[in-house]
Amino acid sequence: MRSSPSVRTRGAFEYGMWWFTRLSGLALILFGAVSMGAAFVLGGRTQLDMPAVFRWIFFPNPNHVINSDIPDIEQGWSSAFWQVYSMVMIFLAAGHGFNGLRMVIEDYITRPLLVKILRVTLLVLWLGGMVVAVFVILAS
Amino acid sequence: MTLNRKVGVWAGLRYKGKLGMANWIMHRITGLGIVLFVGIHVLVGFLGQQFADDTAFAINAIYESWGFQLFVYFSVLFHAFNGSRLALMDIFPGLIRFQREMIWLQWLIFIPVYGLPSFIMLQNTLTGA
Repeated sequence: MRSSPSVRTRGAFEYGMWWFTRLSGLALILFGAVSMGAAFVLGGRTQLDMPAVFRWIFFPNPNHVINSDIPDIEQGWSSAFWQVYSMVMIFLAAGHGFNGLRMVIEDYITRPLLVKILRVTLLVLWLGGMVVAVFVILAS
Repeated sequence: MTLNRKVGVWAGLRYKGKLGMANWIMHRITGLGIVLFVGIHVLVGFLGQQFADDTAFAINAIYESWGFQLFVYFSVLFHAFNGSRLALMDIFPGLIRFQREMIWLQWLIFIPVYGLPSFIMLQNTLTGA
């Protein structure tokens, strides 16, 4: 099913990413459930509207939920635990998403040089995005 | 024997892959949408947090609107449900025989899990609660 044989990478890498996609997907659902539960436990039970619940689920970070009415938002959520938690989450999500983008590109684009250029672009975007995300987490 | 990929859009749509194919293409579209959304959102969050950039706040205002939230919630929830089904079928290959039934089950669970919060969100927005 590979569309561009001339840019085929090693099988082990593809197999690893295949597993990574499945496991990170399942892990992200688990992470989302945990942060939703934690948001309710840490005082958001009666303070959240639906969009705020979504924001807590996707990224438990004080900067992300700054305009919800949770008391003591900094104290509850600026801890090292939630910062590491957010970093793991963004690492899984970015890897999952950018690998998916790579899959789509390799499915539809057949010119080897273009595929290589796009792959490098994705790598740069992924690294840049990770740096920016970690910065936002540590600064908030 | 190579795979011929020069298939037109209409020929592609006429292909009778039924539910499995519909879910596959939706998985792809919602996935691309989420990557685009989250990518811009992280960048905008950074610009808003560090430079109090007006454009960033304007983009975030769009993201926080109820219409966009409904759309994002649909994309993420569908992608999560369909992805779990795929992962289950990959881990337990015996389930592949029951793909059609699993897709039915997936949509059966999806409809209330998407519909109920969406209904509450719409109700609160439209009645100003």
